[in-house]
Amino acid sequence: MKAIIYVTLKSGIHDPQGHAVQQSLETFGFHAVDSVRIGKLLEVDLNETDHTKAEAVVKAMCDKLLSNPVIEDYRFELS
Amino acid sequence: MKIGIITFPGSNCDRDCRHVVKTVLGYQAHLIWHQETSLSHVDVVILPGGFSYGDYLRAGAIARFSPIMESIRQFAEKGGIVLGICNGFQILLEAGLLPGAMLKNRYLSFICQDVSIKVENAETTFTNEYASDQVLTMPIAHAEGNYYADPMTLSALHDHAQIVFRYCDQHGDVTAEANPNGSLENIAGIRNKAGNVLGMMPHPERCAEDVFGKTDGVALFRSLRHALNQMVA
Repeated sequence: MKAIIYVTLKSGIHDPQGHAVQQSLETFGFHAVDSVRIGKLLEVDLNETDHTKAEAVVKAMCDKLLSNPVIEDYRFELS
Repeated sequence: MKIGIITFPGSNCDRDCRHVVKTVLGYQAHLIWHQETSLSHVDVVILPGGFSYGDYLRAGAIARFSPIMESIRQFAEKGGIVLGICNGFQILLEAGLLPGAMLKNRYLSFICQDVSIKVENAETTFTNEYASDQVLTMPIAHAEGNYYADPMTLSALHDHAQIVFRYCDQHGDVTAEANPNGSLENIAGIRNKAGNVLGMMPHPERCAEDVFGKTDGVALFRSLRHALNQMVA
């Protein structure tokens, strides 16, 4: 199975990168942009075939290493 | 005083720390590879600056799982003195030995410059050789020093006098203009509740010799020895 994991800053936490990109888009005339938030995308190939087990293991790795719960949230898709 | 300095893959201030501790100040210094697990031969542990594991994923996120870190956790739980400088501070945050987290600097750039910091609390293991409110000049060199803590954590930092250093101007005023990286409440260094673990972004080991024209870092290392003598006595 493959896990696509998104790690993003929690809402309310200032994202200097996102802010810089938003300002840059504004400079280029993209006035439709209100805000930009930047996160990380991780593609993880798993040798697990059971969906429930895969979900548990991906959750565990997100909690232990891939995200910092003080500042980040995560979500993932399995396919 | 025997100081153990941890070398992670990507540490680059470990030898600077050893030089200051050993050659300049005359204490004993041991470099300890991160795969080791024994700290029985040291009184103080320093996690030095650098880019452990290339800062991949998040600064300090991978180093915190090095074998030596479990020993450092036990050492700290027993009251052992632990000092994290720059990347060492980031590792202590990731390991949960200090509260909060680091965000990217406000203006995204890597900042390498001298800053003024104020000693908020001169009654700590790490600052007893400074005066309260003393203004120090120390260099910083980091891209992720923008300290963040949620309101409840920040309130606890206040309640237990855990904020040890703040960025300030040369007169000692803690202002928004004197904040180099966007750090919450200009925080440059905090200690844990028990008071035996300190993390700081400025580099005391880079301002501890006359030849550099800056010596404000010396008193921090002397404070450690003073605290240690008190503990033994």
